[in-house]
Amino acid sequence: MQLKRLLATLAMLPLLAACGSSPVASTPAEPPGTAGAAAASPVLRLATTTSTADSGLLDAILPAFEALSGAKVEVIATGTGQALELGANGDVDVVLVHAREREEAFIAAGDGINRYHVMYNDFVIVGPVDDPAGIKDNPRASAAFAAIAAARATFVSRGDESGTHAKEQSIWASIGMTPTGTLVWYRSLGQGMGETLITANELGAYTLTDRATWLSTRKNVPNLTLLVGGATIEDNPDRTLYNPYSVIVVNPAKHPTVNHELAVPFANWLTSPETRAVIRDFGRTEYGQSLFLPEVAP
Amino acid sequence: MNDLLEVLRQAITLLLERDSATWEITRLSLYVSGAALGLSTVAGLPLGALLALRSFRGRRLLVALIYTGMGLPPVAVGLCVYLLLSRSGPLGDLEWLFTPQAMILAQTIISLPVVAGLTMTSIQGADPALRVQLRALGASPLQVTMALLWEVRSGVLVALIAGFGAIISEVGAVMLVGGNIAGSTRVLTTAIVLETRKGQFDLALALTFVLLALTFAINMGTLLLQQRLTRR
Amino acid sequence: MLRNVSKRYGKRTVLHIDRLTIHAGRTLAILGPSGAGKSTLLRLLNFLETPDTGQIEYDGRLIVHGRLPLTTLREVTTVFQRPLLLDTTVWQNVAYGLRLRGRVEREAVVAALQQVGLDRLDRVSARILSGGEAQRVALARALVIKPRVLLLDEPTANLDPANVTIIEEVIQRLRREGTTIVIVTHHLFQARRLADDVALLMDGALIEAGSGEQIFQQPRDPRTAAFIEGRMVY
Repeated sequence: MQLKRLLATLAMLPLLAACGSSPVASTPAEPPGTAGAAAASPVLRLATTTSTADSGLLDAILPAFEALSGAKVEVIATGTGQALELGANGDVDVVLVHAREREEAFIAAGDGINRYHVMYNDFVIVGPVDDPAGIKDNPRASAAFAAIAAARATFVSRGDESGTHAKEQSIWASIGMTPTGTLVWYRSLGQGMGETLITANELGAYTLTDRATWLSTRKNVPNLTLLVGGATIEDNPDRTLYNPYSVIVVNPAKHPTVNHELAVPFANWLTSPETRAVIRDFGRTEYGQSLFLPEVAP
Repeated sequence: MNDLLEVLRQAITLLLERDSATWEITRLSLYVSGAALGLSTVAGLPLGALLALRSFRGRRLLVALIYTGMGLPPVAVGLCVYLLLSRSGPLGDLEWLFTPQAMILAQTIISLPVVAGLTMTSIQGADPALRVQLRALGASPLQVTMALLWEVRSGVLVALIAGFGAIISEVGAVMLVGGNIAGSTRVLTTAIVLETRKGQFDLALALTFVLLALTFAINMGTLLLQQRLTRR
Repeated sequence: MLRNVSKRYGKRTVLHIDRLTIHAGRTLAILGPSGAGKSTLLRLLNFLETPDTGQIEYDGRLIVHGRLPLTTLREVTTVFQRPLLLDTTVWQNVAYGLRLRGRVEREAVVAALQQVGLDRLDRVSARILSGGEAQRVALARALVIKPRVLLLDEPTANLDPANVTIIEEVIQRLRREGTTIVIVTHHLFQARRLADDVALLMDGALIEAGSGEQIFQQPRDPRTAAFIEGRMVY
């Protein structure tokens, strides 16, 4: 008897779990295939970098597109490399990324078509309040990096092949340096932006961050302050710190299963005047400034 | 960040404010890991028993594979499942990628070796003479296996707890194959990563608190069950 | 009936019996020093192991191991030297054999427990029983399935006289009721008390088998004589 009861309990486990989950979304209950193009409620899959999703921008703009198209947009926020890889495998319908050279390679490989500029944001250099390398208000990021290296002041790097990491490497390259973890003052973390800012805060280190993440994390990292890049995007004196985003529609000729019918209107909508206005306003209430500027970077 | 208690208080307030979203991801966490554990149990108990009680060609290889599987990093499993389920992959036609099914599959692969391996060692720990005695009483091989599983029920429960623990707190695989899509594949662990990345430490901590409370409740319940099952 | 049966573990032949007949409805005591192969013989008789050579005939049928019907296996059972109870209540332990056969008869379980004098302990966990009580539960667990053949492997070794008496009484009752019994023992007096037939096993070989009177009164083999007179050094 007891044995049977145990077995019955074990057999029930998945069922119990299933009961507990019934109100969750609709996906588990529906048969596979609903994500396809012809289903009743179409789904658009968007792979993007963490910066657009984590800043809350997509939450602010996507409901309008969903209302307009009757489709659901599923956002997969990940690193730039992985986002493009998802597109190259046909696992998403459209990508929104910031990595100029890799975008061009993506198009060249035939994985994407219809690339549009959507907006740009910028990077800033943050560091300890006492600023041992003396970079505060330096108009050039490359000069600031050189000062940090000269002072052998601690610098933490994302070290994760993200767009931010790529930008940091290009700044080092512009002054003829390729710092590695063998240097005592250079720490390559392999972490996300939030974790990297925490680490910089604890180590009293400098780091390169996108402005949006800096603004939302600022309150948790009291030892850090913004040193290079200006108070707002418009005030940023160094245009090499500008970070342009493109939307790329995945090539339906190469990946017939993608939802091309929805991807093209999405790209058009993203670059429409109405959407641009929403993007420009995003962040103004909370931070008193735009986090993204909806035009081609100057 | 100085006063941890203060953060905790804020965390609970935040949870109450955004209740529906939190409950949704909590439910999905339970659904995905629960279903994966269910599948691992259905496959892992017989597999563990088979490996403990029978000798056959390739048994040692299988045991070595299971031990290896017990130490696999979840993200590696996630990567393999991603490549499998990608539209360019062999099982792309299932269209499981970025759905709870994909997450269940990945977590089943993570927990199955744990459940099977620990079940195997539990049964091996039972008195071998008992097997002979049960057989002598007229038990069929299946009945012997059932009786032994019941006999080592404490060990089997530990196997299930360990299997569940390996997946409820796992983030690498579900992030990769689920995609952390809001409202459809976001679970507690991926939400914690997301909020940390965003710098929303209060919320990340609040979600961590939910995850801790959940696993604690489940383990406490299992402990009570274990006591009931083995009381004198 | 066993013919030319042998069993090896690795390179060591632990048992080789040219011919041994176990008569239905009688009680056979197997005597012999430790390591003589007595327990191996019982496992072969319960079809728990496959002989390396030779044949075992049961009830006029040749036993083919691996294709043995469960119903045949279930006509024979063994009570081992150690009780080997399941980690559950006394009642569940005794009922186990019946449950395997898909029929739990309350009265049968009660009757079996009464026979071994443990009907008051039915709800107790098997873990807290004394050695003697546990062995009585093991015996009740075998009784309840009413086996045609009951194999007993030194069932009273290391037990106090009171428990030995209870167990022997049960064996005597079964003997009267016509159950075929094979009991391995190295107590000569127990063999005398309980057995119709006696077989002496030494170093894996059958030395002599016959009726109790014959073996004890007129042993043919000098080694048998030495053993029953207690002169054997082993």
